[in-house]
Amino acid sequence: MSEMYNVSSNPHVRAKDTTTGIMLSVIIGLLPATIFGIYNFEYKAAILVAVCVAGSVLFEGAYEFFMKQKLTVKDLSAAVTGLLIALNLPYDFPIWMALIGCGFAIIVAKQVFGGIGQNFMNPALAARCFLVLSFGTRMTVFTYDGITGATPLKQLKDTGAVESLFDMFIGTTGGTIGETSVIAILIGGIFLLIKGVIDFRIPVSYILSFLLFMGIFGEGGFSPEFLAAHLCGGGLMLGAFFMATDYVTSPITKAGRIVFGVLLGILTGIFRVFGPNAEGVSFAIIFCNLLVPIIEKFTMPTAFGRKSRIFNIKKKEGGN
Amino acid sequence: MAILSFKGGVHPFDGKALSKTEPIEDYLPKGEIVIPLSQHIGAPASPIVKAGDRVLVNQKIGEASGFISANIHSSVSGTVKKIEPRLVTGGNKVQSVVIENDNLYEECPVTDLRSPEDMTSEEKLELVKEAGVVGMGGAGFPAHVKLSPKNKDDIEYIIVNGAECEPYLTSDYRRMIEQPEYLIEGLRLVLSMFKKAKGIIAIEDNKTDAARKIRELVKNETDIEVKVVYTKYPQGGERALIYAVTGRKVNSDMLPADVNCIVHNVDTIFSIRRAIAEKKPLIDRIVTITGDAVNKPKNLKVRIGTNMRELIDAAGGFKSAPEKIISGGPMMGIAVYDLNIPVSKGSSALLCFTKDEVRACEPGNCINCGRCVSVCPGRVVPSRLAMLAEQGDKEAFEKNFGMECCECGCCSYICPAKRNLTQAIKSMRKDILADRRKK
Repeated sequence: MSEMYNVSSNPHVRAKDTTTGIMLSVIIGLLPATIFGIYNFEYKAAILVAVCVAGSVLFEGAYEFFMKQKLTVKDLSAAVTGLLIALNLPYDFPIWMALIGCGFAIIVAKQVFGGIGQNFMNPALAARCFLVLSFGTRMTVFTYDGITGATPLKQLKDTGAVESLFDMFIGTTGGTIGETSVIAILIGGIFLLIKGVIDFRIPVSYILSFLLFMGIFGEGGFSPEFLAAHLCGGGLMLGAFFMATDYVTSPITKAGRIVFGVLLGILTGIFRVFGPNAEGVSFAIIFCNLLVPIIEKFTMPTAFGRKSRIFNIKKKEGGN
Repeated sequence: MAILSFKGGVHPFDGKALSKTEPIEDYLPKGEIVIPLSQHIGAPASPIVKAGDRVLVNQKIGEASGFISANIHSSVSGTVKKIEPRLVTGGNKVQSVVIENDNLYEECPVTDLRSPEDMTSEEKLELVKEAGVVGMGGAGFPAHVKLSPKNKDDIEYIIVNGAECEPYLTSDYRRMIEQPEYLIEGLRLVLSMFKKAKGIIAIEDNKTDAARKIRELVKNETDIEVKVVYTKYPQGGERALIYAVTGRKVNSDMLPADVNCIVHNVDTIFSIRRAIAEKKPLIDRIVTITGDAVNKPKNLKVRIGTNMRELIDAAGGFKSAPEKIISGGPMMGIAVYDLNIPVSKGSSALLCFTKDEVRACEPGNCINCGRCVSVCPGRVVPSRLAMLAEQGDKEAFEKNFGMECCECGCCSYICPAKRNLTQAIKSMRKDILADRRKK
């Protein structure tokens, strides 16, 4: 044989999309919220963002280096995790604590389970919950314009008073770096929806079921002002568009994504209405992450030309 | 009018512009002719000539052995040199008749002078069988088997697959543009074999010129209709096409005849016409020679058994050294490591790429993004099936509808982590089918 050509199984062409490209899109989607956060909370926020991103990437690289694994930092997933951690922290959060959070996210929540694609819960949210449980006061005290006070959501829960909805929509309130500006999150979220990076099913079913739950069980009922405040307050928007839609920790099936979103809405509602804290998004997402395998199991699609499973079972019972 | 299509599928770069405008050219082979005795699904044909015999064009040299098998004919006149295993497209060696071409192209005389109008459908079927016609879209299923379903009288639609959804391929397109009247005549002959069947010619909407031409020719026909379908891969997949034009669903346990449909590729219909109207066997086909590595992409009418290397020379040779050569389209074709193989009944194209896209990407971990689920025309979960295939869990694989996969390659194509999903699922299906046969 004179010359040999490459052989491989079909197909012989591949789409342009790559894991790295998707992660880059997510980072671009998060930029409006990040930039607004830095504008809102000034240089300290910028430092925290830089530290968390660099920290996460370094933790991943170091872990893989010492464990003699293939280096995967260039897929940018660690950078996304770092950025999300920063956006979930108050701007004046101590840097060393933030680094502990990054280490927890990357090493405990992600790498020990096998790295990208193998983690069963969102690493950034795992870090956030870890930090809330470890350094509770630092995570729940927010300073805005030099005044330490409650976030609009906390105020709503404690007193029932709704702060300026306009401020909440624009984001000029206290809170974590990335959660305050609804408009910035929406711009990024819509960008990801248009690019086809995230599936509309999760944020839409999440937000709708949450509103329904709050309308029925919340103190404010279906009052538009009350619902709008709950929608714009806290981490709901950031969670719905950027954390709940994390591929790895959300169902792969279309129907499963709707179930996942509805469960998230209900759980967030329960935590916000009946729980001791004003916030509930991170715990709701973490909890639902754990339910993903079972949601996927029950929402496996029916193959083309096949009868649905439920129908099949009935038919068998009747036939035998 | 609603756009006829199916759910799922992908839009790979179509590359048809390279060879779309090249008219079909006749190519006469220069070197020896190697005719494999197995160019179809089913039992290989058994040779009925021996070394030293003189054969003529159209002469039968291999006899079908069994119902699901097909006759093999000589495409040239000359002397049989030997009968020995030769390398074919799949990378394996197949018993083949090697013929020394005398370049006289002396044809077997046609003795059967019946006109198709005087024939019964059984006689027509017999002619199709005699001519060794097989599915020419690539699968190579014997045409006479498809044309004799159990529910013959119930067949409602004969669908001509002119979708040609595989990127780069233009052989069916050229046929439809250059000889549409033969296509229609062939379809009419097939329709005459069934009591109440109507004909549908399905063409993708990137070939509207072909659709317009054929539509013009059938405007007075009451039982032939041209349907334009949405351009999307795998629109020409049998199940996707039946769904698009009739709304009926076929699963892996069914045959198209179970929903009263029969699907034939454009070139197959041509060969059926030649078999019935001219009493001539299948001895040539259109091959698209294309890709960024060839100088002059072409659509050639090639005799079965011609060496593939000759076709590259006919297309002006290589522009630059190819890294990968594919027999067929980029989505479902077979990569060949050596060009020293013969053209067979299923060789729709010879595609030469200077860069091997598959080699350039390295598979990473699955990130559960669900793109494979969105594009799967079989509506299964490819990432899950590939995982089960890697674990070797046959029971769970079948339970998750693994056998519904049509191996179209959409999942591997779209996967951002560049995982070889189709490959994993394909080999698992092969194992399971082998197990079933053992039972």
